[in-house]
Amino acid sequence: MGRYIIQRIVLTIPTIFAISIVSFVIIQLPPGDFLTAYITTLESGGQVVDQAQIDALRNQYGLGEPVHIQYLKWISRTLVGDFGYSFQWQRPVSELIGERMLMTIILSVASLLLVWAISLPIGIYSAVKQYSPGDYFFTFISFIGLGIPNFLLALVLMWWAYSYLGMSVGGLFSQQYADAPWSLARVLDLLAHLWIPAIVLAVGGIAGLIRIMRANLLDELPRLYVTTARAKGMKEGRLVLKYPVRVALNPFVSTIGWTLPGLVSGSIIVSVVLNLPTTGPMLLTALQSQDMYLAGAILLLLSVLTVIGTLISDILLAWLDPRIRFN
Amino acid sequence: MLRRILGRGQPVAAGVPAATAEPTQPLETETEKHDYAVASEWELMWYKFKRHRLALICGVVVLLLYVVAAFVEFIAPYNPEAQNPAAAYQAPTRVHFVDAEGNFHLQPFVYGTTSQRNPDTFELEFVEDTSVIHPLQLFVRGDSYRMWGLFDANLHLFGVEDPNVRLYLLGADRQGRDMFSRIVHGTRISMSIGLVGVVMSFVIGIVVGGISGYFGGTVDLVVQRIIEFIRSMPTIPLWLGLAAALPADWSILQIYFAITVILSLIGWTGLAQVVRGRALALREEDFIMAARLSGTSRTRIIVRHMVPSFMSHIIAALTLAVPEMIIAETALSFLGLGLRYPAISWGVLLQEAQNLRSIALAPWLLAPGAMVVIAVLALNFFGDGLRDAADPYKR
Repeated sequence: MGRYIIQRIVLTIPTIFAISIVSFVIIQLPPGDFLTAYITTLESGGQVVDQAQIDALRNQYGLGEPVHIQYLKWISRTLVGDFGYSFQWQRPVSELIGERMLMTIILSVASLLLVWAISLPIGIYSAVKQYSPGDYFFTFISFIGLGIPNFLLALVLMWWAYSYLGMSVGGLFSQQYADAPWSLARVLDLLAHLWIPAIVLAVGGIAGLIRIMRANLLDELPRLYVTTARAKGMKEGRLVLKYPVRVALNPFVSTIGWTLPGLVSGSIIVSVVLNLPTTGPMLLTALQSQDMYLAGAILLLLSVLTVIGTLISDILLAWLDPRIRFN
Repeated sequence: MLRRILGRGQPVAAGVPAATAEPTQPLETETEKHDYAVASEWELMWYKFKRHRLALICGVVVLLLYVVAAFVEFIAPYNPEAQNPAAAYQAPTRVHFVDAEGNFHLQPFVYGTTSQRNPDTFELEFVEDTSVIHPLQLFVRGDSYRMWGLFDANLHLFGVEDPNVRLYLLGADRQGRDMFSRIVHGTRISMSIGLVGVVMSFVIGIVVGGISGYFGGTVDLVVQRIIEFIRSMPTIPLWLGLAAALPADWSILQIYFAITVILSLIGWTGLAQVVRGRALALREEDFIMAARLSGTSRTRIIVRHMVPSFMSHIIAALTLAVPEMIIAETALSFLGLGLRYPAISWGVLLQEAQNLRSIALAPWLLAPGAMVVIAVLALNFFGDGLRDAADPYKR
């Protein structure tokens, strides 16, 4: 097991390296370097540009030097937690994204838990009662769920709540807690707001996972070991949960590999629609105003988080299933 | 590596000749039974596909959408850019069969409307003028357009004769433009971007999947790693990052192709895995072995034996990839980083619906979203039916 874990961790290093290169390329993509953009912003704001300060920055970021030197300077600063400077916010990036990153993680993990909690029982039900009205109902619902982009769902939900319930569903906090320091009341307030975006985000994943759970369990149910257990007089409910569900659960854990990127990805756009204080809206404005160090840092961190999430899921899977760690 | 266990195993394509294959389900008629024995592979697929009613219906919907996409100028009653400030946020025009006096008309008709500003709320209010009946007619002369850049025309599929009466089937937007015409026009970009994007991803997928399968060994390993890497990245932030770098002064056509390239750069991995998976499974088949033993050349094996065997699976996979592209384009354009005005796609139209106040005032602004859902669902069910039919010899 220990060997497997080390192997998996070593394998993520090239992945994270590749992610850093992709993020760096995206930082470099807009024409001109970020300093020219910075100077333009300063000048349009009527501020005097200090040439000495500009030169110092130019030297610090290695602008004008070969690309690989720039990359090395950028990555070595990033590794110690210095993500550069956001000219749009006039603050270091690391100060800006801390809490928003936390919110993104909370939202993604909450949706992931929701995906599991809802799709597991429904998937089992659909497989055990195959072709029953309930199965048809859930199959239909899950196909619809797969077909609706989550930002549209968020939009419709917001419109519906606004027009018919007269409430606004946006945000993650009530007004009085938005900028308050962390406290128990603030956590409770967060939980009271979190479930709506979490459900919106989870719908697609739930639909997909119900299909997978159903298909896997249907593959397992006709197996001989099930018949044997049944012939020995085991109670049906206990039997299903104890044997075939456990086997069918495997893909459940391994799908974190694509459920998680999907959730993180979806959280960006759902957050923009529902105006949540996650990295989503910040990434969008940063990209629109070409605040590239901020955008690059968010991109890098989101991807690294996804990779770490996948790594954890793989380790969990190996812990659950000996066939994987001995293979 | 771990994804191998994911989901059901891919069905193995059977290379059994049609004559020896057992019919899967009870056959409906004697004639079909006779046909079955001599039917070609594609005919068998068609039989199987036909049984999947929902997929068949959705196939028709998909076909209709592409027909609409081809003839937008003719089908839309108005020029999508024709503004009418007096009709800002006008509610959908009601189509009547019974007039104000209670008489029934076989031909549907509409009433003209006059708008006035409410002195208290400053909102435009619309009143139907029930004195004159304007029947809805087929093949009406209206706004002129240039069809496919080839010839000028002004014929529209339907509309009202009187140019002073405007028909707003799905209401009007902020500038009084006809939402229905705009949605019809959006069909062209939204539906085609899926196709073009999928073709592009398919080309990348085939080339990379082919290289990976052909060389095998280290190359295959590296390619598989790259694919896993791309799949582990959250796609929307990446798309956004790439799309944000597109120069603002590019033309619609340039942006359109750039967006498809961006979508396919990340979207090809799924298709490459399908191609590689099918190719690997087929390599082990007896009929491939037989062909190899009888001295058939490598190219001939690929072209004559392998490609026809996995063609149907590939078509199904392609169909299922189109809706993903459509959603991606819609999302990008909705966020303002994809296509921009003056291009018209469903995502661009949805930008108008970003503001909660405008949707509360004019819920019909969400109609392009409904179109996205219809298109995506139809393509999904259609693709599902194709996938089930792709292997007519299975069990």
